Amino acid sequence: MNLTLRVWRQSSPAAPGRLVDYKAADISPDMSFLEMLDVVNEGLIKAGQDPIAFDSDCREGICGTCGCMVNGVAHGPDADTTVCQLHMRRFKDGDTIVIEPWRARAFPVLKDLVVDRSALDRIVQAGGYTSINVGSAPDGNAILIAKAASDEAMDYAQCIGCGACVASCKNASAALFTAAKVSHLALLPQGQPERLTRVRAMVDRMDAEGFGACSNEGECEATCPKGISIAGIARMNRQYTAAVLSGAGDKKAAASGD
Amino acid sequence: MKLDAKIPGGAISDKWDRHRFEMKLVNPANKRKFTIIVVGTGLAGASASASLGELGYNVKAFCIHDSPRRAHSIAAQGGINAAKNYRNDGDSVERLFYDTVKGGDYRAREANVYRLAQTSVQIIDQAVAQGVPFAREYGGVLDNRSFGGAQVSRTFYARGQTGQQLLIGAYQSLMRQVEAGPVTLFPNREMLDLVLVDGKARGIIVRNLLTGELESHVADAVCLATGGYGTAYYLSTNAVNSNVTAAWRCYKRGALFANPCFTQIHPTCIPVSGDHQSKLTLMSESLRNDGRVWVPKTQGDRRSPQQIPEAERDYYLERRYPSFGNLVPRDVASRAAKSVCDEGRGVGETQLAVYLDFADAIRRVGEDTVRARYGNLFQMYEKITDEDPYKVPMRIYPAVHYTMGGLWVDYNLMSTVPGLHVLGEANFSDHGANRLGASALMQGLADGYFVIPATIGHYLASTPLPKVTADHDAFKEAGASVRTRIERMLASKGKRTARELHRELGRVLWDYVGMARTDAGLRTALGKIPQLREEFWQNVSIPGEPNTLNKNLEYAGRVADYLEFGEVLAMDALERRESCGGHFREEYQTPDNEARRDDEQFAHVAAWEYRGPDQAPVRHVEPLEFEHVHPTQRSYK
Repeated sequence: MNLTLRVWRQSSPAAPGRLVDYKAADISPDMSFLEMLDVVNEGLIKAGQDPIAFDSDCREGICGTCGCMVNGVAHGPDADTTVCQLHMRRFKDGDTIVIEPWRARAFPVLKDLVVDRSALDRIVQAGGYTSINVGSAPDGNAILIAKAASDEAMDYAQCIGCGACVASCKNASAALFTAAKVSHLALLPQGQPERLTRVRAMVDRMDAEGFGACSNEGECEATCPKGISIAGIARMNRQYTAAVLSGAGDKKAAASGD
Repeated sequence: MKLDAKIPGGAISDKWDRHRFEMKLVNPANKRKFTIIVVGTGLAGASASASLGELGYNVKAFCIHDSPRRAHSIAAQGGINAAKNYRNDGDSVERLFYDTVKGGDYRAREANVYRLAQTSVQIIDQAVAQGVPFAREYGGVLDNRSFGGAQVSRTFYARGQTGQQLLIGAYQSLMRQVEAGPVTLFPNREMLDLVLVDGKARGIIVRNLLTGELESHVADAVCLATGGYGTAYYLSTNAVNSNVTAAWRCYKRGALFANPCFTQIHPTCIPVSGDHQSKLTLMSESLRNDGRVWVPKTQGDRRSPQQIPEAERDYYLERRYPSFGNLVPRDVASRAAKSVCDEGRGVGETQLAVYLDFADAIRRVGEDTVRARYGNLFQMYEKITDEDPYKVPMRIYPAVHYTMGGLWVDYNLMSTVPGLHVLGEANFSDHGANRLGASALMQGLADGYFVIPATIGHYLASTPLPKVTADHDAFKEAGASVRTRIERMLASKGKRTARELHRELGRVLWDYVGMARTDAGLRTALGKIPQLREEFWQNVSIPGEPNTLNKNLEYAGRVADYLEFGEVLAMDALERRESCGGHFREEYQTPDNEARRDDEQFAHVAAWEYRGPDQAPVRHVEPLEFEHVHPTQRSYK
């Protein structure tokens, strides 16, 4: 296949970016999308040009490192698929493909398709855990958990933190990401003691990082490569309200109000 | 050099408890005065950083990724072993210990393996308390399944994403310590040198991957948890950024590299489809329960599989191993696939694949049952290959998956460089010549949650560690040598890309230091690798500047290290004149083509010492004593 790529090139965070056209020649339909970019980059290196910078690691859809907008859709056209698992047979000979980085105020572009997603780590840092030290855990079977509850927790726990939900949202909200962690822990008995302080701290941090608010568009759920449900956002909002009304996490909120 | 493993005395079941009592402690108020560097945030690194932070140490955690949650532990599918005996099926610490020593083909250190089996039970408790959503029974208790090399069900799992969930658990504990203060996170940093002061590990030089800046970080001890070296082979099931660089720089600063030739090649991976391929994807071993492996009987038979009649198919595993059939261990299945492809009977476009056929299983139990058992794997296969495995046999081929070798460590996980500790896949310790399924996650977390928090305290409490700053000459020297190397790489302005040279090295290693190794082949590899290394330094092309985000520069630096490491890998394979576990030397096999171990001459760890750029490394030996598990010959006929 021969394709035209229209790729966002930006040399540094402060530099202006622009779309640049490249030819991708002799592309095999068996290549993954990122392998296609590898081939284009090899050509650019040979021609003495700066290759297109993009992030990837496991290339099997689980690490969450890769991600870009493909023709305006996060991770491209396939449902439940990261861009590393998108294959070129999904495209036609002669196609033009527009490739852009995630765009969100909280995700500044570092170079080309690479963005800074450290704000997601800071949301987890605010409270996305159970406060348990090594050595103090009871026996694994001392806590009985209904299979259905455990399975539902797993549905949320499998978020890969790629940021597609933020990139797809017209408000650049991290509500689905945050709700996935809130829900994972809220559905399990281990998460109960800190349930309200956790949601308060995480949502407040999400706001402080410059992510927008959720307006129930559902774009996040539609492009999430792990199919995480926006029902989690409803749970998060409900618990956040309960936390505010009950004053849970007030002190922490005041302390981090800087 | 005498390698002292520092194995504590006493009965094997008491060694760890006794050692924990005998080790010195650091007073709680003094812990914050010590700084510990942890490199890597996979299962071993994240669990170590979190645990050390909980104890109150000042921890600096480094990773090459943009977030600690990206480490390649996340891709582990199957599960994690623990001797809980929740199934009442006869499991025990003793049995897990026994299975692991035997599975490692009697090339692991008994005392380490026993401790691993002991700590396995606490790992599950810790993970559950963190909220890891393990699979459960309807009654609410934890579910188990069976895995290779064991006759009991001791594997805990979270769907096919066990590594992901355990890593997220460790990551959450890590981020809690970042919020609390003891741990400082340094993402987007690549360790490029180890700094020794008065012979002790006192810091590291890292490159900030976003700015290109070289940074010096000082500490009282360094923990390396940077994973294995499978990507030296170019194609492997590892992530594309996994690399040997940090471990290799420690080797060049005096840490011995143990058993590099012990590499695990997994038999069931989706085959290579062309030169563009960047990595290989694993298909769970469980598929061999119902799939039948075959190739055409005649060479060069290019008919589609459905057109090849039953009589013209060779179900070679069932033919060669009638009692185990398609369920022979990983190393045996991998070698058999290679040999039929070498005979010219491989299938698919590249002829480097064999069929894994479910037609009989579908006839026997129905498509719905097969779908219920393996649906997600069939779907993944179809996504990558665009073929429907319900209708067409899967094509599979072995791929490099895990590396048992690594930096040599003693019982306390300390390398031959005082203060440098090595955790997880990066060390060599617990799996001998072959790792059993679901044991990698167990070892990474045992090292990080339970072993290092105890042993590093003893080191810090019993070692004089005068104050050192980044102004010390040792940091200046290390920083300058890293800078010189980067400048030298950028200066060559040649015609070859780092990827091309990496691919060529991978081909050499795969062909000569892969599943079946020979004296002549290994010598060929030892001739070719220095040529490739020369070609790299003369003719590599790396565009861009050093002081920016430059992914090609990062990658080229790793390739330069593979080109050095590959040579020691081949040397180790050449010197180990026996076959054991993942290391198969064709000269050393039984008349029926099984691995022939040589316990008289090779029941030892081989550890390589760096002697300078123009000198051959020196091979040292740590003898292995088997007091509890008596070595026997494996047979699967």
